[in-house]
Amino acid sequence: MAGIIGKKIGMTSVYSAEGKNLPCTIIEAGPCVVTQIKTQDKDGYESVQLGFDDKKEKNTPKAMLGHFSKAKTTPKRKIVEFKGFQEVNLGDAVTVEQFQEGEFVDVAGASKGKGFQGVVKRHGFGGVGQATHGQHNRMRAPGSIGAASYPSRVFKGMKMAGRTGGERVKMINLQILKVIPEKNILIVKGSVPGSKGSYLIVEK
Amino acid sequence: MDRVKQIANEISAAKEWPKFSAGDTITVTYKIKEGNKERLQSFQGTVIQRRGSGTTETFTIRKMSGGTGVERIFPLSSPFIEKIAVNKEGSVRRARLFYLRERTGKAARIKEKKHFSKK
Repeated sequence: MAGIIGKKIGMTSVYSAEGKNLPCTIIEAGPCVVTQIKTQDKDGYESVQLGFDDKKEKNTPKAMLGHFSKAKTTPKRKIVEFKGFQEVNLGDAVTVEQFQEGEFVDVAGASKGKGFQGVVKRHGFGGVGQATHGQHNRMRAPGSIGAASYPSRVFKGMKMAGRTGGERVKMINLQILKVIPEKNILIVKGSVPGSKGSYLIVEK
Repeated sequence: MDRVKQIANEISAAKEWPKFSAGDTITVTYKIKEGNKERLQSFQGTVIQRRGSGTTETFTIRKMSGGTGVERIFPLSSPFIEKIAVNKEGSVRRARLFYLRERTGKAARIKEKKHFSKK
């Protein structure tokens, strides 16, 4: 699957040809630079590494400066490997022009961090469901987490409260509504993970 | 300018409507699809609010229909809106006229705006 790295700009809505009001997300994608080409002989697998978003040279480790200088490009902030690119060379630019309107893409990114959350928000537990009949501060409690003397422990992976969000989420089959190559803009139907300005990986 | 709005304005062409605000009485003519046929229908009433900005701006019109209040929300950039005509400019002190919902008859009247020439 070929793809591109982008940044979420925000959401708005557009009207389709039939007059439907469609929610959409604006993504600023690319231009990316091919920073490395991994081959079966050398690395054991085939892939293409892309870099996106310039950063200052003084904020880049010397080792990475060497890596970027091989591709003859400025240091990049975000580096992602993609599979399925055909006929690209080191230092090539990858732009939104590879996408067509109407095509379906997958968009992956880190979801918004929600902090420490209870089981109702984190795992979709129902909660108690009523406030009367003897309930006191139990309305969003998880309930039982297991049996007693057997197994005498809590099973691994038990759904409990904890850090929520900030994990990789992939939205699949989002339709591309518009491509604006002059501004490196992709407009996809629906929502994508993360806050405004967060990095996104768009895959074909 | 906000980049989202900037790009949204670019991709959807803005339509030109006459100026109107809360308190005005307007008539909106809009297209209705019935199967394959399209026909026009109009809705006349008082604008009780305009909300949002750019391409996602909407406005709410309220009218009394046989003793019952009817409100309709239109997106300003909706492709179904054919025409907007301002019938009367109202003089009101606030941007959201939700107090009209509790009033009927004479109490729900809105004073007409007076225009004085600057000569």
